[in-house]
Amino acid sequence: MKKLLTGNEAIARGAWEAGVVVCTAYPGTPSTQITEHAAEYDEMYAEWSPNEKVALEVGGGAAIAGGRAMVAMKHVGVNVAADPLFTLAYTGINGGLLLVAADDPGMHSSQNEQDSRHFGRAAKVPILEPADSQEAKDFTKLAFELSESFDTPVMLRVTTRVAHAQTTVELGDRQEVGLKKYEKIAAKYVMVPAYARRRHVVVESRLGKLQEYSETASLNRIEWNDTKIGVITSGVTYQYVKETMKDASILKLGITFPLPRKLITEFAEQVDKLYVIEELEPFIEDYIKSWGIEVHGKDTFSVIGEILPETIREKMGIEVENTVDNNEAASAIPIRPPVLCPGCPHRGLFYVLSKLKTTVAGDIGCYTLGSLAPLNAMDTTICMGASIGNAIGMEKARGKDFARNLVAVIGDSTFIHSGITGLIDVVYNKATTTTIILDNRTTGMTGHQENPTTGFTIKGEPIKEVDLELLVKAIGVERVVVVDPFDLDKVEKTLKEEMAAEEPSVIITKRICALIDKESDKTPYIVSQEACTGCMRCMKLACPCIIKEGKKVRINTAQCVGCGLCVTVCPSGAIKKEGEANV
Amino acid sequence: MSEIINILIVGVGGQGTILASKVLAGVVQEKGHEVKIAEIHGMSQRGGSVFTQVRYGANIASPTIPQGEADIILAFEKLEALRWLSYLKKNGRILINDQRIDPMPVIMGTVEYPADALQIIQDKCQNVTMIDGVSEALKAGNIKSVNMVLLGVLSKFLDFDGDIWLKVMQETIPAKFIDVNLKAFEAGRKY
Ligand SMILES: Cc1ncc(C[n+]2csc(CCOP(=O)(O)OP(=O)(O)O)c2C)c(N)n1
Repeated sequence: MKKLLTGNEAIARGAWEAGVVVCTAYPGTPSTQITEHAAEYDEMYAEWSPNEKVALEVGGGAAIAGGRAMVAMKHVGVNVAADPLFTLAYTGINGGLLLVAADDPGMHSSQNEQDSRHFGRAAKVPILEPADSQEAKDFTKLAFELSESFDTPVMLRVTTRVAHAQTTVELGDRQEVGLKKYEKIAAKYVMVPAYARRRHVVVESRLGKLQEYSETASLNRIEWNDTKIGVITSGVTYQYVKETMKDASILKLGITFPLPRKLITEFAEQVDKLYVIEELEPFIEDYIKSWGIEVHGKDTFSVIGEILPETIREKMGIEVENTVDNNEAASAIPIRPPVLCPGCPHRGLFYVLSKLKTTVAGDIGCYTLGSLAPLNAMDTTICMGASIGNAIGMEKARGKDFARNLVAVIGDSTFIHSGITGLIDVVYNKATTTTIILDNRTTGMTGHQENPTTGFTIKGEPIKEVDLELLVKAIGVERVVVVDPFDLDKVEKTLKEEMAAEEPSVIITKRICALIDKESDKTPYIVSQEACTGCMRCMKLACPCIIKEGKKVRINTAQCVGCGLCVTVCPSGAIKKEGEANV
Repeated sequence: MSEIINILIVGVGGQGTILASKVLAGVVQEKGHEVKIAEIHGMSQRGGSVFTQVRYGANIASPTIPQGEADIILAFEKLEALRWLSYLKKNGRILINDQRIDPMPVIMGTVEYPADALQIIQDKCQNVTMIDGVSEALKAGNIKSVNMVLLGVLSKFLDFDGDIWLKVMQETIPAKFIDVNLKAFEAGRKY
């Protein structure tokens, strides 16, 4: 049977067909749906782990115990999981172990555009790169075979376009591979120096064997055409090359580490001009250059951003006659950045932080949108969990006084991911940081996943949720306050008090994400044009529903979810629920 | 039209472009076409600029529509129509919902919403259809059904029977909302 699947769905399906028993992940665009779909299959255990490191450790444990395991994360997640990755490469596996790393060229939803292939190479594990959903499924299955036959974790590297594009996939059945025998082999799985020295030798010889495999693997194939131009490519870029360079010969690489040197050399010899077209880093290109082969790549294409079909046309000088020329207009088109949603609980807090001109060490989540104008209420965003450490560092560098108008803000999921250790540092090293945990009862930015604070697992089973108040108290924070972020007066008062206190404090702002809130009254508000004085105070909320019209404001009732925060800031009582107002 | 049909749906996160494209994809598949869809789920869904690219026909390589090759653009918002205009074929068709949603920089007054957006588009393409999606959706009973009104208009320019559209809508849309959505779609089809 054939079905239209996203790359992510296809990877989940591939894992299921390969007889995988354990799937773990921490959410992260563009990888999130892999594990959401994996959780739909009853035969596989699936979990949202607290972070990527734990996810890979659980996957590693499952594999060592003899089961096939898949671990999925976005590219920056691999940074977090790097520690277990590098040593799992030494121990090898027992049941197959697959790490899916989803890169985001162009940074559609990311804080950087690092290339995961560097990690695969540094950890010395093979890397497969599918070009569409069918390959995403096939390569996933193959990865488990390679993992077991070469006794190594395998990396499947996808990019946003492969992960999110939908293409047709031929579905197969699940193959119950069962569990491999579990044996206690300290020399293989206990990486003390004496054993690790021996395992390193194994890793290096394994690389040699993988290299031989890469030379003849059907994943790497040549599509001969005109030999004037030869293109070496991988992943979705292969599709773009096929779309735009119809005459070129193509060497499509499905395995990009270790590279098939002989195959590449032969291909290079038979074409007049050789290009490598790859997104992000010159990963393939650098190898080819190091072999003394003349090749073009990043002299023509940028290491920055995505490569799209039109990029290839532009860079390779391929004309399209038919396009509507919109260049002069394009430069004048206002950008449309994402915004905090109508009804977003974070808006209340950021309105107050903006008003108090507080220095905000920020973090990653929907609340990062509080950094945008007109709120402008964030000073730093580095990586998940960084806010608290950054705030400590600011205080240690500039002194205690600086901390009197300084906070760290961090979402519930992010706090669990890697904020807890930062908070321990606050207490342990006598910082006086005020940490605000934004508890919106979900992992919002990545599309509403459960997490340890929400009370449910990925499969929707109720569990005992982490009690954030109790947790921070156990760390040693004595000042802990829970507030509703829409109670603006209380938020302001609490913020002033806690920032003034020369000791660690935590404010938990608790209010459910507007997109998952099923209970509250969604009737929109409207503005009485007689009563509105045009003071524009409500505009400071940065609500996308409030629109300035002439000297007054109006509410876009199609978008308004009736949260009422604007009512709180309106000094003239001009905002009423639709139906209640007599305008 | 050529061997491959390229349809680009653009709008603002939250406007319901994803559901519209899901129905379109369902219809295309129902007819047994090879299809590829490019869409990005992520940060832009929080009120940013969103798109879905649907390609069907034979021998499609790229899941994204190469610039300048869209046969039809369905724009849920005027500024987004302008933003994606260069993706349209020279003789392509653009269907525009006559709605203006100000992006934050415009709301704040740092930049202006291009008042001549429609003029620019009309100067450059012959086949422009304007749609008052909001009024039609309100008439159908829910302002949120603008997406189905627009899909209804799009359906007039594609070669699929009305029945297939209805069947796929019934399979895709929750029963609770189906009546309003069918009404909205019909309004679009008659528009
Ligand atoms: C290491 C790493 N993993 C995952 C992500 C993807 N990511 C960005 S924001 C976010 C969730 C934030 O959730 P939460 O802290 O609850 O804040 P909310 O979005 O709900 O406001 C995730 C998982 C990332 N940026 N970095």
